[in-house]
Amino acid sequence: MADQTKTVTGSSASHQAVAGEPYVQGSGGERYFFRFTLMQRYMHAIMFTTFLGLAATGLTIRFSTNAWAQHFAFAIGGFGAILFIHKLCAVTLTLEFLYHVKDIAVRILFRKEKGLLWGPSSMVPNLQDLKDIIGNFRWFFGLGPKPEIGRYAYWEKFDYWAVFWGMIIIGFSGYVMWFGPFFGRFLPGWALNAVQIVHGEEALLAITFIFSIHFVNSHLRPDNFPMDTTIFTGVMTEDEFKERHGHEYNKLATEGKLDEKLTTRPPTWLVNFSRLVGFTAVFIGLVLLVLTVSAYFRE
Amino acid sequence: MYPSGKYRRDWVKPLLFSRLKPARLSQPEKHPASTIPPILLPANYLMGQTPPSQHRHLQDTNNCWHELFCLRSIFDRLSNIPIQVAGFLLRCDEQGSRDPATAMGPSLWAWHTAACAVLFLLAVPSVLHAQTDCLSCHGDVTMQDASGNNVGVDAPTFHSSVHGSLECSACHTSITAYPHPDHPQAVKCASCHADEAAAVVGSVHENASDHPCTSCHGSAHAILPKDNPRSAVYPLNIPATCGKCHGDAAMAKKNHLANVYPTYMDSIHGYAVSKEGLLVAANCESCHGSHHILSHTSPQSPTYKTNIPDTCGKCHAGIQAKYMAGIHGKALASGNLKAPACTNCHTAHAIAQPSMALSTPMCGSCHKAQLSTYRDTFHSQVSDLGSYVEVARCSDCHGEHDILPASDPRSPVNPANLVKTCGRCHQNANAGFVKYEPHANPHNRRSSPVLYYIRLFMVLLISGVMTFFLLHTLLWLIRSLVEKTNGGFAKGGK
Repeated sequence: MADQTKTVTGSSASHQAVAGEPYVQGSGGERYFFRFTLMQRYMHAIMFTTFLGLAATGLTIRFSTNAWAQHFAFAIGGFGAILFIHKLCAVTLTLEFLYHVKDIAVRILFRKEKGLLWGPSSMVPNLQDLKDIIGNFRWFFGLGPKPEIGRYAYWEKFDYWAVFWGMIIIGFSGYVMWFGPFFGRFLPGWALNAVQIVHGEEALLAITFIFSIHFVNSHLRPDNFPMDTTIFTGVMTEDEFKERHGHEYNKLATEGKLDEKLTTRPPTWLVNFSRLVGFTAVFIGLVLLVLTVSAYFRE
Repeated sequence: MYPSGKYRRDWVKPLLFSRLKPARLSQPEKHPASTIPPILLPANYLMGQTPPSQHRHLQDTNNCWHELFCLRSIFDRLSNIPIQVAGFLLRCDEQGSRDPATAMGPSLWAWHTAACAVLFLLAVPSVLHAQTDCLSCHGDVTMQDASGNNVGVDAPTFHSSVHGSLECSACHTSITAYPHPDHPQAVKCASCHADEAAAVVGSVHENASDHPCTSCHGSAHAILPKDNPRSAVYPLNIPATCGKCHGDAAMAKKNHLANVYPTYMDSIHGYAVSKEGLLVAANCESCHGSHHILSHTSPQSPTYKTNIPDTCGKCHAGIQAKYMAGIHGKALASGNLKAPACTNCHTAHAIAQPSMALSTPMCGSCHKAQLSTYRDTFHSQVSDLGSYVEVARCSDCHGEHDILPASDPRSPVNPANLVKTCGRCHQNANAGFVKYEPHANPHNRRSSPVLYYIRLFMVLLISGVMTFFLLHTLLWLIRSLVEKTNGGFAKGGK
């Protein structure tokens, strides 16, 4: 039983490091359930920090003719500073990506975690996701009930794979541009031109997607408004668990494994800090989104 | 009228904008009124009889004629020796009235009388031609005629001017005797300066409302030689002289001219003239000429497009030679007026620095397609964000004055030279690397089909993903709001 939980969540030791009994209830009597490990939360934090840095500097380069881009570049020290920050964030994110790939590889090849590749706890899309999409659209139009989502919703899987794919595409094209003469030795001439198009357009997709769709779906939609802090605190309340991952909740409840997921209430400072970080990121993201969309359609 | 303080170089001011102010002459001493009988008008005139005059200041005082006999200045004395001798003799005569013959002795008296007569006769024809005569009235710098025009002449200034050795009547030819007409004829500079006057005819200044000569050279009584640093047309003073009108925004607007003086003064040429005091630096005259200034639309003008390389080449000979060898110079020499001359890239008065980011839009104003594709590149993005980073602009790859077509083996963008050209920035540039197309156009399916389809795929990917998820999110939002307001309407299986 405990092993299976670990399969899903990775190392689960860290989330219970908060002082107190393991099943402390909130002031309103809510129970808190564990969702993300500390490492997953750090990974997300590093990723969105570097992503914001990459987006801010990348958009400045992409829309360099706009006055805001030139003022921003001037303010932080010219193009040299812009490119330095961009490369610094890129290398950091690359290392994180490699760490993640290594982690996945170790878990699949050495720990033989089967649930990672297929099943309700896997990130790999399956038939249930298609059913959920259809069910959700039926629900949007009032044609059916709201589908009960498993551990990872299809839009969360899309987020994951979009980022995964995006990091490969954007990262590779970025390194080709960075080390042009080196890649020029074995890439055809047109590829050197193509990497710039691919890098820019794929990044635009990532930026507009994250700053509009991901923000709303995962942090701002009415159910979660004003800020879903699960990825920052690692836990969610029982209501949130039922609302967002009803299928997983029911499954755990029928199997009697719900208690294994119970955890402590996050400390107040962490909740406040999470909100602060979340709102800051959302604010920066929305500013960048407005600038991006306006600049893109003015081109 | 002269340029506003904002643009005026401070040191020019004392040279040009302050009048030369000599120490004011001391008040003439008052001589006792002469008692000599009026023998001849000139004598009478010389001895202090106040002539009838309409000059207002003369109605107040009757002693100005006595200035003739005061030790005013060396110039006065030297240029009027005959008159002064005559006057002296007459005064001797006056003093000797008690009996000069007795006092001098008969022989001396005879000689004295003869000399007096000869000298006096010599003196008479020069009377109204001598400066001193005129200056005895007009030497008062505050003198005005009946209409209120200033008709005073500052004697020391006049004497040190280029015209200082001339008699007044050399220019004021209509005045031959005194009293002279109230409205003498206008002075014609052309009577001496015929070539210059002819040059002004047909120039842009021909119909100027101001005096065609004095508006630049200053008052004819104060003109200094061109090599005098205080001359209005001394090379270092020319910009300020022209700027009196061409630095006046209102005047420029009225005449549909660019207000070029401030632009010029901030340029490298203006800086060299005003700050460094370089006589060889281009001032207005260097490019526009002086008396025969023509509009840049006139084919004879040194600022006409096809003449500009020669005009700039007067100083920038080396650059001109390069330019003439390049594609632009050849095109212009063959009469193609669309080809850029020096000023099209550098501008005429501001002389923009070529290292500025301005150079790409400058080239792009003709090479529009190339600018557009350049804009898509990393080179352009770096250049837009500017500062502190060296980046390839047009001239870094194509050269500047001697631009050659890529087919020319000497061109830096000839395929054989690309590794070297790109390698100036990109260390380890190699044959594969330089296959990069700096002006590829992914919007053009014919010229870059691969890039066209890659870009098309990316655009479709963005629009597809965003359309689906925007729709998804929007519907979700609406549904969630409906549920919240309707208290769980159609919650279904929940």
